[in-house]
Amino acid sequence: MEANKIIPDPAQVREELIQKYPAKVAKKRAKSIVINDPEIIPEVQANVRTVPGIITQRGCSYAGCKGVVLGPTRDIVNIVHGPIGCSFYAWLTRRNQTKPETLMDANYIPYCFSTDMQEENIVFGGEKKLKVAIQEAYDLFHPKSIAIFSTCPVGLIGDDVHAASREMKEKFGDCNVFGFSCEGYRGVSQSAGHHIANNGVFKHMVGRDNTPSEGKFKLNLLGEYNIGGDAFEIERIFEKVGITLVASFSGNSTVRAIENSHTADLNVILCHRSINYMGDMMETKYGIPWMKVNFVGAESTAKSLRKIAEYFGDDELKARVEAVIAEETPKVKAVIEEILPRTKGKTAMLFVGGSRAHHYQDLFAELGMTTVAAGYEFAHRDDYEGRDVLPKIKVDADSKNIEELKIVADPELYNPRKTDAELDALKEKGLEINGYEGMMKQMTKKSLVVDDLSHYESEKLIEIYKPDIFCAGIKEKYVVQKMGIPLKQLHSYDYGGPYTGFEGAVNFYKDIDRMVNNPVWKLIKAPWETAGNGKGAGLEASYVTQ
Amino acid sequence: MLLRHTSKEVKVREGLTINPAKTCQPIGAMYAALGIHGCLPHSHGSQGCCSYHRSTLTRHYKEPVMAATSSFTEGASVFGGQANLLAAIDTIFAVYDPDIIAVHSTCLSETIGDDLQQITRKARDDGKIPEGKYVIYASTPSFIGSHVTGYSNMVAGMATQFAESTGAKKNQFNIIAGWMEPSDMREIKRLAKVMGINIVLFPDTSDVLDAPQTGKHVFYPKGGTTVAELKSSGDSLASLALGSISAEPAAIALEKKCKVPFETLDIPIGLTATDRFIMAISKVAGVNVPDEITEERGRLVDVMCDMEQYLHGKRVALFGDPDQLLPLTEFLLDLNMKPVHIVSGTPGQRFEKQMRQLLDERSPETNFKSGLQADMFLLHQWMKNDPVDLLIGNTYGKYMARDEDIPFIRFGFPILDRIGHSYFPNVGYGGSLRLLEKILNAIMDRQDRDALEEKFELVM
Ligand code: SF4
Ligand code: SF4
Repeated sequence: MEANKIIPDPAQVREELIQKYPAKVAKKRAKSIVINDPEIIPEVQANVRTVPGIITQRGCSYAGCKGVVLGPTRDIVNIVHGPIGCSFYAWLTRRNQTKPETLMDANYIPYCFSTDMQEENIVFGGEKKLKVAIQEAYDLFHPKSIAIFSTCPVGLIGDDVHAASREMKEKFGDCNVFGFSCEGYRGVSQSAGHHIANNGVFKHMVGRDNTPSEGKFKLNLLGEYNIGGDAFEIERIFEKVGITLVASFSGNSTVRAIENSHTADLNVILCHRSINYMGDMMETKYGIPWMKVNFVGAESTAKSLRKIAEYFGDDELKARVEAVIAEETPKVKAVIEEILPRTKGKTAMLFVGGSRAHHYQDLFAELGMTTVAAGYEFAHRDDYEGRDVLPKIKVDADSKNIEELKIVADPELYNPRKTDAELDALKEKGLEINGYEGMMKQMTKKSLVVDDLSHYESEKLIEIYKPDIFCAGIKEKYVVQKMGIPLKQLHSYDYGGPYTGFEGAVNFYKDIDRMVNNPVWKLIKAPWETAGNGKGAGLEASYVTQ
Repeated sequence: MLLRHTSKEVKVREGLTINPAKTCQPIGAMYAALGIHGCLPHSHGSQGCCSYHRSTLTRHYKEPVMAATSSFTEGASVFGGQANLLAAIDTIFAVYDPDIIAVHSTCLSETIGDDLQQITRKARDDGKIPEGKYVIYASTPSFIGSHVTGYSNMVAGMATQFAESTGAKKNQFNIIAGWMEPSDMREIKRLAKVMGINIVLFPDTSDVLDAPQTGKHVFYPKGGTTVAELKSSGDSLASLALGSISAEPAAIALEKKCKVPFETLDIPIGLTATDRFIMAISKVAGVNVPDEITEERGRLVDVMCDMEQYLHGKRVALFGDPDQLLPLTEFLLDLNMKPVHIVSGTPGQRFEKQMRQLLDERSPETNFKSGLQADMFLLHQWMKNDPVDLLIGNTYGKYMARDEDIPFIRFGFPILDRIGHSYFPNVGYGGSLRLLEKILNAIMDRQDRDALEEKFELVM
């Protein structure tokens, strides 16, 4: 077992990270690189523009809207209005698994739809072509819903995707058509697209189906996209404990489930960044409280299940939750006990997403590994510092461009699931209702927090800290591995997973053990490089007779 | 069924593309720029495009793919991206220190009307480009053409912006690489060496996108055509452009600028295209073809003779890019196979004409469509109506192959789920032999899988 590594002085590291930047850039980046103190959490500059020319991990608003939030629902025909590329790149690359109940059920996820705009559409407008495309999609597939996504040029040439959608929706009568103005230049990252998607899904889908849902303990799973089958594992556990999943936003989900989601009695939020708007809006309009949970990590899963049981306040449910935890835990324990001696004391860095860099720290903690530095790609301050900071966040020009829906209580459907007194009592018990304490509270003192890490900074960090594993995405994967450090992709899981729940924890332990202890990392140098090339003295005569 | 909504009945579409057999220009420009030594590609637009292009290239190569972006926000989209690009140039030279920045546009900057020539000139005038460094550019609007067009535009940009004629000819030839893999470029260099000629190959992604594991990340890997080589291309005796869409525009540019004569050839995939390539070198350089090459050829033809029974009449569907599809189709015909359906999302009258001509002569009943709505959805529908024995195309083909239960060979771009394309070529006689081996394996594995017990063969 390796001894605990000496952690470098973070203040010095920070200086080194910004040293090479032009003065203005250095000043800006310095505010996004902070030394953590879980007691008095320092301010992190987040959700601000990336400096042009910096090699960033970030993508665009369209990626956040279509790719992340809307993509995983299997029975919407998602038409991307724009030139071909944007649609092509978002085609099946996010690994949102889905499982239609029968062979007859709709599943458009393996398809890629685009209006493939040509020059004349840019010059003379593309709305006509868009309407033709919607008509053709309708004629070919007769889907329940068609969603339209605007890419960069569309906003500039002034195509009104919303008007086109409304017109086609009225024309069809039996197909819900709606659009998203999620052009890539909106906001500063994918995050803008999450917000735009939340607004659209809330406006055009949630609440369309008032059929009362069955079940005693009904909830929605928000911000779980079923990458690598994560949602399947959570579904398995819910079924075991007797919780009814009304809708998932949006892994393995269907249009109908989302339209009916307001009949649930609780929203649990996994990825706070991408879906917290939905939690707030559903609370205001329908009176459904939300609660932050985390199903990444065996202990976190157990904790989250207990929180849910506590919320419903039912003894039978609580007992079942305990029984399931008791049943699942030994399998997990057996694996981790065998692996722990090989992973304990090692270090990890996580720079990814808007919630994963937080959640996965739980799994690393279970592996006995320390997170020495972490940060998000597109999060906001509240994801770092906790939601208490929300009133203090100033709205800049980039955020102002994104619509804030004005939501009021629904005159008929508003039904507060808990009274204020009940909510207070739950809070007394330590349940964080409608709240999230962020990543930094959980990280150790003097660990490093960096928002929107650049390529340059990542190489420096690796040089200085020499972590045992680095977690990021595909663009970083082979760069880091070329440096002889394994990189775990936390968007695509390197095509493995699931990593949620109990079975997911086991998968993750095994994967990390395999990665950090793989003999290949010791085979990088050729023998003549370590032995000294050309320094041999010829063969020695070592012929041995008996 | 994965593609359960694909019906047999083909309806004409005019607005909707489904499962495209192409992608957008900038990714091609980015790939081409990686084939210049010490070059950082730069995407002038919003972050998303750059992120998508880097991700796709990374998945295809399993290698670092470095590129920067102008990171447009709403302001830049309204007021133009000049300020962003100038700031980016500053940051890039300070932080990443490339020899060259190769800027390509995106749909957004093209729609706004940013003029890359003017902005890069301004960068030079403002002293933002350090001594001995370069910023080149290519306009790559994705609402025209495809990823192949973007590649072609960037390669042409290399010729126009670097080539110089000093007046003194050099004893060398340009080979302008159409879109091919690093392994193919390596093989082209080997063949030229065996033929005994000096070449400038550009672009050249070998030793860039197939870099060795050394425990160090080399930001600018050792490969890539150097600036000196690119400059000297204006003094070369002649150019061979491999691919009429992806390489010829650069050859034309060189002829215009430096009067270097050129000949356009197919990418040497398959026997006859490689024959033409070798003959062209022999003719243009006045060199004899050495025995080594004749023997390589002989080995390929030998296998074609020996295994002809497994190939004869086999029906193939293929999709991909024009410059690869033409020689590939010809190779299939040489193998006595039947290309039944061919689709390419990349438009082009020249390609249409060449492919039609080839098919009219040797396989008039083949379904062929290129350009708008020539997509995998259509190809799949054709396959449902007229089944095939083999599908050849990029990774996205595996969904059709699985649904229809037909053997599938990965060929083209992108290949996201297998390795090999960066290491083992498809060009030249050796590369064609490898392609033939793959075809045979696919067909013969299927025969083994489906054979009745009493018909199961030991020797084949
Ligand atoms: S906007 Fe244009 S350049 Fe960017 S990904 Fe889409 S099609 Fe490609
Ligand atoms: S064009 Fe815009 S929407 Fe499309 S990928 Fe690029 S940034 Fe995103």
